[in-house]
Amino acid sequence: MIQLEGVHKHFGQLHVLKGINLNVNTGEKMVVIGPSGSGKSTLIRCMNLLEKPSSGKVIVDGVEITAPKAPVAKVRQSVAMVFQQFNLYPHKTVLENLTLAPILIKGVSKAEAEESGMAFLDRVGLKAKANVYPSQLSGGQQQRVAIARALNMKPRIMLFDEPTSALDPEMIQEVLDVMVDLAHEGITMVVVTHEMGFARQVADRVVFMDEGQILEQGTPAHFFSNPSHERTKLFLSKILR
Amino acid sequence: MTGPFAWFKWQALFRDWHIFAEGFGNTLLASVLALALALALGIIFGVLGSTHQKVFKLFSRIYVEIIQNTPLVIQVFFLYNGLPHLGVMLPVLSVGVFGVGIYHGAYIAEVVRAGIQSIHRGQMEAALSQGFSFWGAMRHVILPQAARVVLPPLTNQAVSLIKNTSVLAMIAGGDLMYHADSWSAENIYYGPAYVTVGVLYLILCFPLAQFARYLERKTEVSA
Repeated sequence: MIQLEGVHKHFGQLHVLKGINLNVNTGEKMVVIGPSGSGKSTLIRCMNLLEKPSSGKVIVDGVEITAPKAPVAKVRQSVAMVFQQFNLYPHKTVLENLTLAPILIKGVSKAEAEESGMAFLDRVGLKAKANVYPSQLSGGQQQRVAIARALNMKPRIMLFDEPTSALDPEMIQEVLDVMVDLAHEGITMVVVTHEMGFARQVADRVVFMDEGQILEQGTPAHFFSNPSHERTKLFLSKILR
Repeated sequence: MTGPFAWFKWQALFRDWHIFAEGFGNTLLASVLALALALALGIIFGVLGSTHQKVFKLFSRIYVEIIQNTPLVIQVFFLYNGLPHLGVMLPVLSVGVFGVGIYHGAYIAEVVRAGIQSIHRGQMEAALSQGFSFWGAMRHVILPQAARVVLPPLTNQAVSLIKNTSVLAMIAGGDLMYHADSWSAENIYYGPAYVTVGVLYLILCFPLAQFARYLERKTEVSA
């Protein structure tokens, strides 16, 4: 579904990704973990080309989006992203946030976009908030709206870039619950997170990154109980207490 | 001994009111057209200046720096005296429209650029991630948000623009200031003439300036 081949990324002198090779399979739930600065956010942002790799290939659904003149915008319609800072459109109501891109980009009719939008809002438990503005919502509610906004594009892949890192502790669970619910549906998910409970519960594969490289990957069972790499053990010993 | 504001001078002015009305009309027309031009230029160059494309940025910089760092009078004289040598003859009112429009376009470009840059970069990323093109994201996501921020300084630009159309008087542009000048040059009734046009400019600009204050307070509250 998503293939990364020899992906490098430099920010000036900083070598953030050092030759990443990774395949995300259709329907797979992949969780990417690792210390801050390990490049995991850059990695997921390369998957929809919000960061352009310095070298290497990114192939989504058979389309090489790193190629010159690739139909990047078209591919992005089926690759939805949920951001750490929610990034809802503050000048639009909750429902308008959900319908803007489907109407303008995908050419869905307003009635249809609103109907499916309401259904997704219902699903994240925020149907009652359809006509308020994002600033009137709590962080957890905003992130649930952002997930509903992503879903209303009917994507084939969902990318989550630290979706709970900007939330107050008591709001993290409501967002994770929505994500767990989604994971049971069969949509392809890539999640960058520090929530080890979530990784254990839904991941098909856990990928551990450090200093711009993938150090280790495997099933949660292997990964949490029997990590092979010293660096992984050290990281897990600090994060699992 | 008659003072500069003697009553008979005012009477003469009221008798010739249509001259001032015509000037007022021309000033209003030039202002509206110049403002439309300035807004169009300002949005285009403001967006170009906010992109990460070096060529676009440079292009925008050159326009803004040349226009902001030379006097408006010289720019208008260039259009009026210089362009005919290149075979371009503009009607005098459009010299004013182009001169003032291009001049304020450079200031509005900076206002627009600052407004765009005040919007969190996550907004552009969210729009791009949904499949918007750069210009689509600008139009539907970034500019509507930037508009709230830039409306007060934009209104202040409109006030300056109206006042600056008075440079037309220097090239016989038929505007309010020109008519006041030429009317009073004939009969040397300068006092009433200048006071009257001052009041007329005030009538145009003061409500706009008040509107800008109001918008500023509103943005402060909602921010």
